[in-house]
Amino acid sequence: MNLHVTAELDGPITTNPVVREDVVRLVDLKRRFGATPALDGVSLTVQKGEILGIIGRSGAGKSTLIRCLNGLERPDSGEVFIEAREISRLGERDLQPLRRRIGMVFQHFNLLSAKTVEENVALPLKIEGRPRAERLARAAELLQLVGLSEKAQAYPASLSGGQKQRVGIARALAARPALLLSDEATSALDPETTRSILALLKDINARLGLTILLITHEMEVIRSIADRVAVIDAGRIVEEGAVWQVFANPKSEITRSLLGAIRPQLPPEIASRLAAGEGAETILRIDVAGQAAHGPLLSDLSAAVPGPFRLVHGGIDHVQRQPVGTLFLSVPGTDAAHLAAVIAFLKDRDARVEVLGHVASPV
Amino acid sequence: MSPVLFELLLRSIWETVLMTGASGLISLIFGLPLGLALVATDRGGIAENLWVNRILAALINGFRSVPFIILLVALIPVTRLIVGTSIGTWAAIVPLSIAATPYYARIAEVSLREVDHGLIEAARAMGGNRWTIIREVLVPEALPGIVAGFTVTLVTLVGASAMAGAIGAGGLGDLAIRYGYQRFETNVMIAVVIVLIIMVCGIQWIGDRLVARLDRRG
Repeated sequence: MNLHVTAELDGPITTNPVVREDVVRLVDLKRRFGATPALDGVSLTVQKGEILGIIGRSGAGKSTLIRCLNGLERPDSGEVFIEAREISRLGERDLQPLRRRIGMVFQHFNLLSAKTVEENVALPLKIEGRPRAERLARAAELLQLVGLSEKAQAYPASLSGGQKQRVGIARALAARPALLLSDEATSALDPETTRSILALLKDINARLGLTILLITHEMEVIRSIADRVAVIDAGRIVEEGAVWQVFANPKSEITRSLLGAIRPQLPPEIASRLAAGEGAETILRIDVAGQAAHGPLLSDLSAAVPGPFRLVHGGIDHVQRQPVGTLFLSVPGTDAAHLAAVIAFLKDRDARVEVLGHVASPV
Repeated sequence: MSPVLFELLLRSIWETVLMTGASGLISLIFGLPLGLALVATDRGGIAENLWVNRILAALINGFRSVPFIILLVALIPVTRLIVGTSIGTWAAIVPLSIAATPYYARIAEVSLREVDHGLIEAARAMGGNRWTIIREVLVPEALPGIVAGFTVTLVTLVGASAMAGAIGAGGLGDLAIRYGYQRFETNVMIAVVIVLIIMVCGIQWIGDRLVARLDRRG
């Protein structure tokens, strides 16, 4: 399913379906450090104008992957296409002009302490050999964009973490890149600052149509701004798709575990009492998303299948403006036919139902 | 102190200033690039070349391990080649510079090595070449340390220049030995020591002020 709002991201409204060009295309990328593979056959595309989030635990290969995109790291095998040009075998000198097409934002900001905010932002243009007047004008424009105009003459040491990252973002945008790489840009920031930095990135994506590839270990980051997500584990992409779909229906164990922190889980006091056999109540897990989560599911259930049930935990979340819900229902009694009717009704409504087990006494 | 001695003291101060300043400047001009070369050619450096690195390191260690008084004498042919004579203040500047350059190179190396690798990576990610990294990142970021190290080198040179009296270079150290020590002119000794203290404190003070102005790390 294509969730991208083409008109919004590509500027003028187009009536014909737009064939999206790939800004990045990775083909079977491999890289090992000693005996351990950091990348074990990664294939991936990033389309123009989208925000692709790559999530994985530390050591999963995220950093190696993102560093292959601007040639800071060289893959052992496989191909890296940036705007249709294969770059993985280019020499340092040929990589330099290409890197100017790719902005990068770092976890620890990496601002030069001896330069003012303005000089930091203008540095990519200085490297490009632009005249001073143009550099300063562009720096002023970008500092306005990130809301730090009054700090132009300040030194990075006097800024807060969030302000430093704003400068980092402004600097990454200075040379008008075709692609922005974000290497754990919010991992060193507090939750509130994280939100404002993510909002800034989203805003830049929407306003400039800039393609963003970000890596993170936090699902919350993916949830806030990514259009698509790729889950990486042990150097492989284990799952990939629209964010709301992956949230609604995670296929791999690693995705489920990464989602654990931000999706409803069966409360431990209930989970610890679950038994496989018979019991006074049956605990069901119901996952609904998209269209299925729009209707009055529970009231329809109670109308269609007479008999009690209780909601013990859960809720509906909105990811990419799509409802994604996980509900834990408790169905009392040992009547197998009643339980089967409940499950059949829910499945009919495109919900995924899982019988988690039974509890001996009501929870 | 007699007017003759006073005049001698003034001349010695000038000789010490000249020796320290000239050899300090030369050690800065050659030592800083040498320090950069050490960092750049090292493993993971911006111009990694372990053979060059090992040869440079061995040369530097070699010069640094020879006691200065021996270097002073051993370098006489080199001095004669460069200055035309092996005696006098200008002649002393050659061995002083050759001793101070590897010393300063090591001090500069330490400061340059402390520059956060992430900053170098950021410059590379922007499409910067090696020269950009040196000019925009390594040197500016290490500048407080480079200046502080230069201050240390100058102070060391003030002390080392005292030994240059051995090849007739004059200077305050020479004055103190010949008049203060060998002729028991205590006044001269005291005057020399006071002047040296003032010189060293002055150099350190200026160096510290400069570092404080340059350091923007918060």
